[in-house]
Amino acid sequence: MMRWLPENISTFGGEIDGLFYFIYYLTAGVFVLVTALMVLFLFLYRHREGRRAVYTHGSTPLEITWTVIPTIILVVLSLVSVSTWAKVKIDAPPSEFEVRVTGKQFNWEIVYPGPDGRFDTPDDFKIENELHVPVNKVVYVHLTSNDVIHSFFVPNLRLKQDALPGRNIRVWFEATKTGKYELPCAELCGFGHSGMLGWLYVDGPEAYSAWSAQFQR
Amino acid sequence: MSDSGAIAHDAHALHGELGFWRTYVFSTDHKMIGRQFLFLGLFMLVIGGSLAMLMRWELAWPETAVPGMGWVAEPTMYEGIIPPQTYNMLFTMHATIMIFFVVMPIMVGCFGNFLIPLMIGARDMAFPVLNMLSFWVGLLAGAIMLSSFFVPGGAAASGWTAYAPLSAKAVFTGVGLGQDLWILSLMILGISSLMGSINYITTVINMRTPGMTLFRMPLVIWSLFITAILLLLALPVLTAALAMLLFDRMLGTSFFLPAGGGNPLLWQHLFWYFGHPEVYILVLPAMGVTSEVLAVFSRKPIFGYRAMAFSMIAIAFLSWIVWGHHMFQSGMNPLLGTAFMMTTMVIAVPSAIKTFNWLGTLWGGSIRFTTPMLFGLGFVSAFVIGGLSGIFMASTPVDIFIHDTYYIVAHFHYVVAGIIFALFAAVYYWFPKMFGRMMNETWGKVHFLFTYVFFNLAFFPMHFLGVGGHMRRIYNPLQYEFLKPLQDWNVFITVSAFILAASQIVFVVNFFYCLFAGKKVGTNPWQANTLEWSAPSPPPHGNFAATPIVYRGAYEYSVPGVREDYLPQDRQLPTGSAPTSGH
Repeated sequence: MMRWLPENISTFGGEIDGLFYFIYYLTAGVFVLVTALMVLFLFLYRHREGRRAVYTHGSTPLEITWTVIPTIILVVLSLVSVSTWAKVKIDAPPSEFEVRVTGKQFNWEIVYPGPDGRFDTPDDFKIENELHVPVNKVVYVHLTSNDVIHSFFVPNLRLKQDALPGRNIRVWFEATKTGKYELPCAELCGFGHSGMLGWLYVDGPEAYSAWSAQFQR
Repeated sequence: MSDSGAIAHDAHALHGELGFWRTYVFSTDHKMIGRQFLFLGLFMLVIGGSLAMLMRWELAWPETAVPGMGWVAEPTMYEGIIPPQTYNMLFTMHATIMIFFVVMPIMVGCFGNFLIPLMIGARDMAFPVLNMLSFWVGLLAGAIMLSSFFVPGGAAASGWTAYAPLSAKAVFTGVGLGQDLWILSLMILGISSLMGSINYITTVINMRTPGMTLFRMPLVIWSLFITAILLLLALPVLTAALAMLLFDRMLGTSFFLPAGGGNPLLWQHLFWYFGHPEVYILVLPAMGVTSEVLAVFSRKPIFGYRAMAFSMIAIAFLSWIVWGHHMFQSGMNPLLGTAFMMTTMVIAVPSAIKTFNWLGTLWGGSIRFTTPMLFGLGFVSAFVIGGLSGIFMASTPVDIFIHDTYYIVAHFHYVVAGIIFALFAAVYYWFPKMFGRMMNETWGKVHFLFTYVFFNLAFFPMHFLGVGGHMRRIYNPLQYEFLKPLQDWNVFITVSAFILAASQIVFVVNFFYCLFAGKKVGTNPWQANTLEWSAPSPPPHGNFAATPIVYRGAYEYSVPGVREDYLPQDRQLPTGSAPTSGH
């Protein structure tokens, strides 16, 4: 099942995948155990003439066992998830590159701060559905929407965040591999939702400068 | 415990004298109302299932004409080709119909009505007229929902979750009246459910026959009782949210519209505050049914009766504090996400307890593989997968990736569509009591085999799509480069879903044939303990010839010292001969 996971290109994606695999092996183990017991019981205790079922109402030690063990496993799972969640969605390293992304039916509108690195200045430039970022830099995306809720999803970054009208939500990532990756909308946003698709270009330093130069007057 | 059953008996003393209309149409008999809910739900199941088939065609072979659908007028379809707008309508209405008009009417409406009075030894519901109204108001809601397909702009297309602002202004979806009717229908259905839940709660509390203590009640009655409490508390929240949404749409308010100072996340909080208890409203009765059939056909007391009852109570409490796990990526404060992850992990524990107790029930049994038993086992099997796959998205970091993908679709179909196994278990098991005839066992097993195999072939590969990042609610996966390698799975799923749907014809034929020509049965064809099997099949108006007295719990099977391997709750044993307590 896990072989369908897209390639990870973000600094935090490895941790997310690690948790994903951890839960996969954990649940697969429980699934095999429960299914094997069920099949075994169905076979061993099928109806046969002359044998009566065991008359029992249960077992308190067993109830305690199968209450306590899952509780411990699930609490541990929560605790190991906390730090990765905080890393992706709460604590961000200092920004090295910033961009504004606005969802609107049915495009991503992307505003770059231009050479001065500041928004709302004359050298800002705006382009639709093409998000160019430098590789190995901490990127802040200031996410909002013009109309309905959209969701900024880059499978290769392991990043998803809804874009809300009336709200400005900061997300961050650091891409570690150059290339061109898909940036679909993941939240139903109307009849054009399917096909609302941008592209993330992770550029090397020269490639990024060359690309951004064409927007400078 | 009370003897109000006897009082109810006097109130219904005129049974048997009613004409056609009062017997079959405007009936106040809980059993007829239960059957009415069953037929409503089965009819809607055909519609909801058909919508799913159209979606599956589109996902497997995008933007090609659906065979045989060329007659559908534009703009719904273009010579059989489904446009995106119609696709959005399909999944919105598929989910709405399946949740509100199939699972709720059948599991809660039908079996709640049919079973509660019979299994607690009452002669009817506490409020029979309210009960009748509950059905007719529910039917009105269903009619309004179906009528929305035929209005200009079509039916609702903003998902069954109707996230604002998409749902809050017609301009965003192009759907006007269809969305308004959707809101109106669910508000009316809420009234129907409230009437039902008040009735169920009152009946369970006040009308148990002498000896039927709370902890002698069958687990299916516990499940329906808890479900009714959840309904009573959850539905007003949905109704309030729907009213605000309707005001935003029709009166120009801005509860959910940021341009006017509103907040889109308010809708999500209200919706999921209702929506997560709703999931348990759907699944608790299925758990109850499963507990009944597993004990009966293992010929064994249910393992850990009190643990089973208390785990349902725990689920009922915890279901109110987990709603935020639907909103991890919504823009809700991520610190809240951490808190909701903890509560969500905790609610998995009572579900695990239930599963282990079902296994414990099988252990040491003398298992009869009847059709209801097979479907009960099918529910457990699906619930194990659905429960375990839920742990992935409970972990907030993993949810970042799988949220809004087919992984979620796979998960909730294993839980909610998995209820279909319990639903069929219940229909096959109680059919003899409802209609006085057996369904054909051989064809029942054929039905099970096809349903089980193709259910798994249809829904399991959706996990693969989700791991691949395949978003939900997209109309054409081939628009995305990264999804093209997964397309073969989409075709595989679609073919499996078609066979799954086609194999339900076996059920429909078996059901209707046996309704009229099935083998007639006596009062207790399954040799079960619960009180409904002491009443004639089908029970007359008033249910019991004499008020039953309960001497023991519901699961006294294979009791040592008793010749048969079952011991009905109302059978008095000579003193000192065998245990009379149970629970």
